Amino acid sequence: ARREKILTLESMNPQVKAVEYAVRGPIVLKAGEIEKELRRGIKKPFTEVIKANIGDAHAMGQRPITFLRQVVALCTYPNLLDSPSFPEDAKKRAKRILQGCGGNSLGSYSASQGINCIREDVASYIERRDGGVPADPDNIYLTTGASDGIATILKILVSGGGKSRTGVMIPIPQYPLYSAAISELDAIQVNYYLDEENCWALNVNELRRSLTEAKAYCNPKVLCIINPGNPTGQVQSRKCIEDVIHFAWEEKLFLLADEVYQDNVYSEGCQFHSFKKILYEMGPEYYNNVELASFHSTSKGYMGECGYRGGYMEVINLHPEIKGQLVKLLSVRLCPPVSGQAAMDIVVNPPIPGEESYSQFIKEKESVLNNLAQKAKLTEDMFNKVPGIHCNPLQGAMYAFPRIFIPSKAIEEAKAHKMAPDMFYCMKLLEETGICVVPGSGFGQREGSYHFRMTILPPVEKLKILLEKVKDFHIKFLEKYA
Amino acid sequence: QGVPKPFSEVIKANIGDAHAMGQKPITFLRQVTALCLYPELLSQPSIPEDAKNRARRLLDACAGHSAGAYSVSPGIDLVREDVARFLQRRDGVAADPQNIFLSTGASDAIVTILKLLVSGSEGTRTGVMIPIPQYPLYSAAIAELSAVQLNYYLDEEHCWALDVAELRRALTEGRRHCCPRVLCIINPGNPTGQVQSRQCIEDVIKFAFEEKLFLMADEVYQDNVYAKGSAFHSFKKVLFEMGPPYSEVVELASFHSVSKGFMGECGFRGGYVEVVNMDPEVKQQLAKLVSVRLCPPVPGQILLDTVINPPQPGEPSYELFMKEKQEVLSTLAHKAHLTQEIFNRTPGIRCNPVQGAMYSFPRIELPPRAVAAAEAQGQAPDMFFCIRLLEETGICVVPGSGFGQRQGTFHFRMTILPPTEKLQILLEKLSTFYTKFIKDYS
Repeated sequence: ARREKILTLESMNPQVKAVEYAVRGPIVLKAGEIEKELRRGIKKPFTEVIKANIGDAHAMGQRPITFLRQVVALCTYPNLLDSPSFPEDAKKRAKRILQGCGGNSLGSYSASQGINCIREDVASYIERRDGGVPADPDNIYLTTGASDGIATILKILVSGGGKSRTGVMIPIPQYPLYSAAISELDAIQVNYYLDEENCWALNVNELRRSLTEAKAYCNPKVLCIINPGNPTGQVQSRKCIEDVIHFAWEEKLFLLADEVYQDNVYSEGCQFHSFKKILYEMGPEYYNNVELASFHSTSKGYMGECGYRGGYMEVINLHPEIKGQLVKLLSVRLCPPVSGQAAMDIVVNPPIPGEESYSQFIKEKESVLNNLAQKAKLTEDMFNKVPGIHCNPLQGAMYAFPRIFIPSKAIEEAKAHKMAPDMFYCMKLLEETGICVVPGSGFGQREGSYHFRMTILPPVEKLKILLEKVKDFHIKFLEKYA
Repeated sequence: QGVPKPFSEVIKANIGDAHAMGQKPITFLRQVTALCLYPELLSQPSIPEDAKNRARRLLDACAGHSAGAYSVSPGIDLVREDVARFLQRRDGVAADPQNIFLSTGASDAIVTILKLLVSGSEGTRTGVMIPIPQYPLYSAAIAELSAVQLNYYLDEEHCWALDVAELRRALTEGRRHCCPRVLCIINPGNPTGQVQSRQCIEDVIKFAFEEKLFLMADEVYQDNVYAKGSAFHSFKKVLFEMGPPYSEVVELASFHSVSKGFMGECGFRGGYVEVVNMDPEVKQQLAKLVSVRLCPPVPGQILLDTVINPPQPGEPSYELFMKEKQEVLSTLAHKAHLTQEIFNRTPGIRCNPVQGAMYSFPRIELPPRAVAAAEAQGQAPDMFFCIRLLEETGICVVPGSGFGQRQGTFHFRMTILPPTEKLQILLEKLSTFYTKFIKDYS
């Protein structure tokens, strides 16, 4: 008889077992299996699986920004600095980055906080973005994607035991990195509901309700905001951000502002306001006291450079000893990938008017963003034409999160299969059309409501076809389970 | 800022970062990576065909043909397959790509595996056996995970050899207050540089089998073996050559990285773990855990692929590749030997043979007055020594107390990475400083 293993489901870390991450969860695993079957020649009602589950623009055909790739290529293989086929402005940026690297090589470890000149560039970017509000490079930490920064800050924040265990307030629906990190750290997840009836607005009364309830069983210390929202795509108004900051100030909550979609704003009348800027503009009582960490990334925006794992966080009013602890924690992993740091540098330090690469850069950037805006509107409109689907305006980010009506018969069958009703729906959608989206249960939603998250990333013509297919599926589904 | 010092530059001999010390990247690796990041270069005549072929193959394996797309979380399948083929060539033992998880440097994978293993509380809390001296990622990860650190001492008198009797002592001791589940080995060693003999690896495997310990084999220095008579044997290979029951039972995770070896590509954060005999359900949990961070950096995955899938004889880049690789490795071997030699000339400094890796870890005798002076300042004696060294010579090395050492002994870890002439000067300066220090505190 084979002897029992040392590392089993029973003996392993229970916190890891509790972790769920729907964006790459069961439905995506199923999609992978179906892809394998297709490759083996097994016949399906479709010829390809469409991965509309993940916010990965390049995977869906979006092109990289030329300038960014030129600079990173020059940094990677500096022999190219002698090549006439690269513009001078790209070479200049590459040389500057390389000078910030040990041995002038992308292959050296950088300081754990990230390359100095890149952090300076990030600070300058933040100042420009925020209309002159000062940013200190010393408060900037480059990270391995925004996810790394978010998990690191949460790690530092979690403490206590029993009723004094740190509670972390997160939006429902949320991006499931938050619930996963909270699980892993054995912190307490405290849900606050976004208001679906009002374009997923954030309501301070709801924050207050959530906080008050949570105080009974934990020590709520952290308030996470995702703006623009994921999966919900809402862009917070300035007033809302002020209200949230005031609430955090009153209730002594550490604010985490996930702003990775700051370049993805589509709706007329919507505008991105950074938490940092609003905080500053609210005056010294807030600006000198509220503890804030804001996050950005190379993965979204108009760049879509997910694979580089580039990102940064800016921390405001962190206790100096905590900053020391933060650097110590980061130093164990040595440093974020230097090629990702270089990519981040280009994002915050792009070509400016007068530079050789400027016109191509702007053209490419605007093309991507206009295309996304077009697809956002298209998606919203098409979903709202389908009976039994209601889609809030896609003000920003990269996703539609429509609400779907699931008839009771389908809910029964889902329960019989031990599946959440929207997982059951999404599995059927995948099996019948090859379209992979993520069930709303993976992000959280009000009891009795069902949703799915679909990206708006496929090319326009393909997206139209997908939306038609989803519509046809939905109508058939309603008929089948009437 | 222009503040005058007894030296004009600080020498960072503290960190295993070869490029920072002037080592050049391997041309082929950078060509392939640049091609993948900026595919317009595929039409550049100055870049060889074999690099272009590798790049095309890798780009075909990337979603949307872009290195900017996320890969699947365990890493690009093609790269995992290439790693499996590499392992097969290296060890003569079959490797399954499904058992290979690419990671953000080896550190990432080490922490992830440890994370899986830590459970229980108080008396049943997971104990993790680590070598003393160790690479302090292990103690840091153990502290962060609130696991229990269990030290086993390497034998300084015998070139830092690993002794199973000492493993047994540490284990027995550990069982009194926790549940030891993991045995970590670093081979070649960091900071100690010893290369384990085949016999030793077999003994460790037998011990792990008998005592039901999950083996973690940190093998990032597998390409850094210098001493005549030393050879790298992977734990995986030895395990399989030992046959059943060991090969069927022992749970093993082996780690590699692009940061060391002849590549020195620390900044790319490339690496992988191969798991052997892992419970399939735990492997699913592992896949789930890594999915939360989406994927390891794709440029690092690409670079790793090029490391384990290098130019072959007959290919246009082969000669230059081999030349560059041999140059790096022979220079390191020379510097390893030089370091040993110079340090051992100085009375009071005793440096074990630098059989592999990138460091010397010499033992230094410190007079009682120096020890007292250190304690008066609330510093470990070797930290006191290293700070004085830094202040008076600009040479930055890491005190042995940062890695662990037997009570009452003192060491420092210095890299062998600065260019040879510079290294020679550093070693002599350090030795001179040491001699003066001893005299001052006699």
